[in-house]
Amino acid sequence: MVDATVQQSQVALTDDGIPLKTKLARATRRQKLRALGLVLPLVLFVLITFVYPIGDMLIRGFYDPLVSEVLVRTGDVIDEWDGTDLPSEEVYEAFSLDLQEAAAARDHGKFALRLNFILPGTRSLIMSTGRKAKNLDPAEIDNYQAYLVDINDEWGEREVWAAIKRLTNPIQLDYYANAIDMRIDVDGSFVSQAEEQRIYLTLYWRTLWMSALVMGLCLLLAYPLSYWLSVLPLRLSNLLLIMVLLPFWTSLLVRTTAWISLLQEQGIINDVLVGIGLLDDDSRVRMIYNEAGTIIAMTHILLPFMVLPLFSVMRTIPPSYMRAARSLGANQVYAYVKIYMPLTLPGVAAGSLLVFILSIGYYITPALVGGQRGQLISNLIATHIQLTQNWSLAAALGAILLAGVLICYWMYNKLIGVDNLKLG
Amino acid sequence: MAEGAANGEIAVRFDGVQKSYDGEILVVKDLNLDIARGEFLTMLGPSGSGKTTCLMMLAGFEPATHGEIFLNDRPINNVPPHRREIGMVFQNYALFPHMTVAENLAFPLIVRKMNQTDVDAKVKRALEMVEMPAFGGRRPAQLSGGQQQRVAVARALVFEPELVLMDEPLGALDKQLREQMQYEIKHIHESLGVTVVYVTHDQSEALTMSNRIAVFNDGVIQQLSSPETLYELPDNSFVAQFIGENNKLEGVVESIDKDDTCTVKLDSGQVVKSLKINVNQKGDRTMLSLRPERVVIEPKKGEVPNILEGTIEELIYLGDHIRTRMTVAGHNDFIVKVPNTYGHKPLKEGSVSKIGWQTQDCRALDYYTGPIE
Ligand SMILES: Nc1ncnc2c1ncn2[C@@H]1O[C@H](COP(=O)(O)OP(=O)(O)O)[C@@H](O)[C@H]1O
Ligand SMILES: [Mg+2]
Repeated sequence: MVDATVQQSQVALTDDGIPLKTKLARATRRQKLRALGLVLPLVLFVLITFVYPIGDMLIRGFYDPLVSEVLVRTGDVIDEWDGTDLPSEEVYEAFSLDLQEAAAARDHGKFALRLNFILPGTRSLIMSTGRKAKNLDPAEIDNYQAYLVDINDEWGEREVWAAIKRLTNPIQLDYYANAIDMRIDVDGSFVSQAEEQRIYLTLYWRTLWMSALVMGLCLLLAYPLSYWLSVLPLRLSNLLLIMVLLPFWTSLLVRTTAWISLLQEQGIINDVLVGIGLLDDDSRVRMIYNEAGTIIAMTHILLPFMVLPLFSVMRTIPPSYMRAARSLGANQVYAYVKIYMPLTLPGVAAGSLLVFILSIGYYITPALVGGQRGQLISNLIATHIQLTQNWSLAAALGAILLAGVLICYWMYNKLIGVDNLKLG
Repeated sequence: MAEGAANGEIAVRFDGVQKSYDGEILVVKDLNLDIARGEFLTMLGPSGSGKTTCLMMLAGFEPATHGEIFLNDRPINNVPPHRREIGMVFQNYALFPHMTVAENLAFPLIVRKMNQTDVDAKVKRALEMVEMPAFGGRRPAQLSGGQQQRVAVARALVFEPELVLMDEPLGALDKQLREQMQYEIKHIHESLGVTVVYVTHDQSEALTMSNRIAVFNDGVIQQLSSPETLYELPDNSFVAQFIGENNKLEGVVESIDKDDTCTVKLDSGQVVKSLKINVNQKGDRTMLSLRPERVVIEPKKGEVPNILEGTIEELIYLGDHIRTRMTVAGHNDFIVKVPNTYGHKPLKEGSVSKIGWQTQDCRALDYYTGPIE
């Protein structure tokens, strides 16, 4: 009896002696399973279409096992090479045989491509050597080093072998190094790229300040507009809001091309300026195919993303706050700055974050109206995926961009708090 | 004080004020009103009658379409709201959500560039006044409705305005809290001596708190007087029906008699005598107003000059009195409050009973059939 009471005070039991917790878990299990069944399709969808590609991209930036699968023999022996001198005859032999096999199987092109990425200018070396090595007969050759150097004297350079050694390891840091304008030199240490090859940091920086500028311009334009919309009668403000959203209904391409016809040197704005005599015909302003084009078009396209959160926050601020401030002795400006503006902060924060993060990854508009100087980092990522096929570098660039966005988000959370976000 | 502005200094004067929002309908029609310094004046009326509009014109948030408003004999039509020095309590409190209670209270003082020590002292005193000394650090959202209400009152008073406006400040509170706050606001008014213009649509609130009540209907002040006068001596049919419980009987004036009385022939044929209040001549249609507690049931012979017969429809036992609904002269909503005194006559539903009243308890008013609420 005493025991029973003690136990009861420790674990709550049901009438049949099963602990209450167990019983409860059993009772709710079916419910939980059903709930899980309902979200499962979505979870799978997100996993397959979102988590997997991003994970694949993050890995692809530094992991590429292809060469290690092609150069199996070389991979086994080149690890011994300490890199101070040329590799041993053993390595030359293993490589020659690997190349012969790869050329026969037509795999040497992929290898050539990758070697070219991490050591530019080596593609033709592999291709031409491969063509010859296809007919290689081991019985005829007593020195493989002489054989290869005879085909092309670049085979006598340490740098080529160092690059091949790095490629036989599935994990390669070259792409991340390239993405921040560095490279790995012959001794395996990280050094800056040559001056004329440093492009990515400039591009990151440009992406950053142009996104910040677009965000600022959007805020500047959207704040008064949203305020005006929020004080209009509901029917009118809804109508005008639809006008704000109207651009969403036309293709992004159409909108961007419209800017071309407006802004180009023979475009409408320049024509008007020349027409009213503000500009000379031969000093037309260049407003497109440069930074200005990108900034103008992106501000226009991203404006609704600023207006919507601002409007939805402003509409919920009752006019009595401003009236209260006025009745307490604050003039219009003071009341606006001290009472109204702080109350719109969640909308400002949400809109700014939205516009900034969207512009950081913006691609199509800079591609169309940015010219050379208005390109953003996404345009280079696209180039590497579509033209140069350097997916690993594209992945490294993308991963760094992703990290940047996450840092922005983290700082935002520190400064303002995600709970204060109000998107609509 | 109860008898109005005539014997006090005038704090606020509305002089022929009209207001229209759309240029077609006047929502305030020719408002003339003097409010004495230190008075507690309530604007009472059904919703949509123009009370808030009057308050907004006084506070400076809406311009008057016509007429002039004076504050301490100074015309203020062109004075912006922040220079009027009028405290205001809003229906939804309008406490600034991003500031603490103390910051809310300090706002009007900081605007006036008061130094920090004085600000702190005044904020502290204001919090003590509303019995919330420990709540300075809280955000409005962390307070209950009643506490927010108190802070709103404290904020409207902290910069020591001479005039405070309150627009249905207790509308969002539950009944019990509302009654408690009525007394607290009344108390604060008495101890500070500020002038209060209070808006409500709740007649019992108006009767409890006010020195004078202005009853609004349709943009016009129907009657302006003390609570007692308003209840006992309504000037017109709207006021009689809006304030308190009222029995109405409809009829036509048969003759105007001496001593301000008249003889009225009810639509059901009986002839009764009543005070002549709002009728002019023989033949006028009229509504007689009769308070339920002034009706005598089964009067003794010679006790009252007016006697009718009625059928008892419903009896509700309320302890101190029995609320009796009767059909009298064709109206089936005639209420009589029968006091539960020793030896009162037993009442039975369905039985016919005599009722009567003194002539001075019955008021012949205008024939008003518009909406009351
Ligand atoms: N800002 C406004 N614009 C147009 N009409 C208004 C406005 N404010 C009030 N009204 C109208 O004026 C009339 C009186 O309103 P209001 O003064 O708020 O009455 P109350 O406070 O007595 O309920 C109502 O018919 C209302 O619809
Ligand atoms: Mg109102």
